[in-house]
Amino acid sequence: MGVREAVSRVLAVAWKDLLTERRTKAGFNGVVFMSATTLLMFGFALGPDPAAIRAAAVGMLWLTVLLSGALAFNRSYELEAEAGAFDALLMYPGGRWAIFAGKLLANLAFVLLVEAITVPLAAVLYDLPVLAPLPGLITVLLLGTVGFVTLGTYYAAMASRVRAREVLLPLLLFPMLVPLLVAAVGATKAVLVGDPMGHGAGWIKLIAAFDIIFLVGTFMTFEYVVGE
Amino acid sequence: MLRGANLTVRPGEVVAILGRNGSGKTTLLRIIATLLRPTRGTGVILGLDLARDGDAVRRRVALLGHTNAIYPDLTAAENLAFALRMLGRPADRAVIENALGAIGLPGEADTRVRGFSAGMQRRLALARVGLLDPRLLLLDEPYSSLDPEGAELVTARIAKMRDAGGSAMVVTHDVVRARRIADRVVALDGGRVVPCGPNDYPFNGGATELSALGGEG
Repeated sequence: MGVREAVSRVLAVAWKDLLTERRTKAGFNGVVFMSATTLLMFGFALGPDPAAIRAAAVGMLWLTVLLSGALAFNRSYELEAEAGAFDALLMYPGGRWAIFAGKLLANLAFVLLVEAITVPLAAVLYDLPVLAPLPGLITVLLLGTVGFVTLGTYYAAMASRVRAREVLLPLLLFPMLVPLLVAAVGATKAVLVGDPMGHGAGWIKLIAAFDIIFLVGTFMTFEYVVGE
Repeated sequence: MLRGANLTVRPGEVVAILGRNGSGKTTLLRIIATLLRPTRGTGVILGLDLARDGDAVRRRVALLGHTNAIYPDLTAAENLAFALRMLGRPADRAVIENALGAIGLPGEADTRVRGFSAGMQRRLALARVGLLDPRLLLLDEPYSSLDPEGAELVTARIAKMRDAGGSAMVVTHDVVRARRIADRVVALDGGRVVPCGPNDYPFNGGATELSALGGEG
């Protein structure tokens, strides 16, 4: 398969998923509403103390992204199940990794769009100073989201043919995300609150390593995940 | 489900496969389509080994299964454009309109498939399979949901396949139609492929459910 053909297939899958989402808006509206509700609930749970809220804000933001993103990953494969199209997708010639890459691309765009709404909302609710350190924040969010979406898209494919997929996906995904969550929270805190101990760069390197390992691993094994 | 099933399909041959519900007809097609791995045995498609040359097999084989594999929130043209892109071909509007015209949906290119009837969706699925240009066409209950005109389109597609030197395997419960479209009719019985001659099943002049018949081939 030539590079051009492979790129065409990757973009076709991403285009199809995003176009369907744009038409139905079922996933996006639900996920944005879920994010806003979660941020509010965390705020209520921590009480009125601004210092307590600010101390926990970054962790709450990442947890919100993770929880709402998990909804999006299931949706990505439900589109195929609804149309009875997953077999047809697997029947197209060429490496099946292109299907994974296309879905990864679509999910990445989707979650980044959700973050574009969630992060400003969290900044307002939790009084986070996001404007000054914006380039650093965007870098951390991008790196963290790539790792998160890679694993989410992969495990959603694994869970897609199981009846209890909505339950199975978080069970598979969240334990694997612990290192990424710890590093992402550490790096985001370093960017937003300051980094007197100089740990920020280390956290960012850890996220980058996580991204590379799981990008390579998931691309190499996707064929076996979707094969029967 | 399949035990010792042995079937050879020659170039230019159309084989109809009958069998009771659960006899393994769909499983057989899914194995040939590389969607299922056989636990035992081998399969050779156009000289390619099913287990070893999966991608090469998929370049030559197309499957129209029980489901239409059509995305309801895309238009008919967008569905076909997606299929073309997945094949690494440009989403040429003329090719798409030509394909839609061939299945009797010429004015529906920009209509969302969600508004289509079951028969129209089946026709669109047939158009999608037509774009794949296979050497071996696998059809699982291709006539379901289709009106007589739509059914004729399927029959014409099979005939076109035969004329071009390709082969087709058609799973159906419709004994009469099976005998009309196929060069050879076989049945799956007890996991094996058995020949099915003209007198092997009662022939009552109408569409007949095989499951209601004595199935010894």
